Amino acid sequence: MERIPILKLGAFLLVTIQIDLYDRLALDLEEDLVAMVEKTSVKGVLIDISAVGIVDSFMGKILGNIGSMCKLLDAETVVVGMQPAVAITLVELGLPLKGVYTALNVDKGMELLRSKIEIEDIVEADDDDDTSLN
Amino acid sequence: MILPLTKDTIQVYREQDVVPFRGRVKEYAVKIKMGLVGQTKLITAASEIVRNMLKYANGGETTIEIVSRGRDNGIRLTFDDKGPGIADIPLAMKDGFSTGRSLGLGLPGTKRLVSEFDIKSEPGSGTTVTIIMWING
Ligand SMILES: Nc1ncnc2c1ncn2[C@@H]1O[C@H](COP(=O)(O)OP(=O)(O)OP(=O)(O)O)[C@@H](O)[C@H]1O
Ligand SMILES: [Mg+2]
Repeated sequence: MERIPILKLGAFLLVTIQIDLYDRLALDLEEDLVAMVEKTSVKGVLIDISAVGIVDSFMGKILGNIGSMCKLLDAETVVVGMQPAVAITLVELGLPLKGVYTALNVDKGMELLRSKIEIEDIVEADDDDDTSLN
Repeated sequence: MILPLTKDTIQVYREQDVVPFRGRVKEYAVKIKMGLVGQTKLITAASEIVRNMLKYANGGETTIEIVSRGRDNGIRLTFDDKGPGIADIPLAMKDGFSTGRSLGLGLPGTKRLVSEFDIKSEPGSGTTVTIIMWING
């Protein structure tokens, strides 16, 4: 059975979507990614959609679901490389990509993830300080 | 007056029919040299309506036509199903209305994406959605 490969890239997972996702493939990806985030406890997931020509509400929902589930497992999700025509279409369709960040390319996406994770570490460190004071 | 130039009929009854159907729509849009944004909007709209057809009516028949009006050319897509129909069309066209526990933006979003949008439905006998994307809007 066809499946979208998930690569581990340092502290992150990278998924490159190369083909038009039909429903089964998208749902499998959602499941595989969440399982992989749990197994590897990475803090960030990059989903490269630069080769994807159509994002309809179904696929938008899948991306949103991946974002919220990863968030529950303490990982941030960044969707990278959205084609301009796809971005325009999503806005007009009225689809909010809730729970995911977007970035221009994989490099910018990694930068974004690093900054998010650093901020979280600082906040967590602060929380620890608070508890030690109490 | 809108003149149909070519006509192609495709049955969509299974989830696997969606991607080939979208491919066919793209072929026609490319054939008439529709711009990339227009193509993307049209195919996304088609995808929404075809999904509704599968989800609420177990599929149906789609027609792809190249149409012309004066100097403008466009693609007309018709989605015809024999499902339960829609009792209250104005309600179904509202952003956020869904009987399928979904986002309810398929129909209103599609209307925003295309040049022309028409929906006819008879509860008990089915639904027909027609959309047109003109090259020059
Ligand atoms: N072909 C159809 N036959 C019967 N009912 C339909 C059909 N298409 C749409 N509907 C009804 O219209 C409602 C609104 O459709 P719309 O596509 O806007 O939202 P949705 O499919 O519920 O959610 P989304 O498209 O965001 O996933 C549906 O919930 C359904 O009740
Ligand atoms: Mg819908």
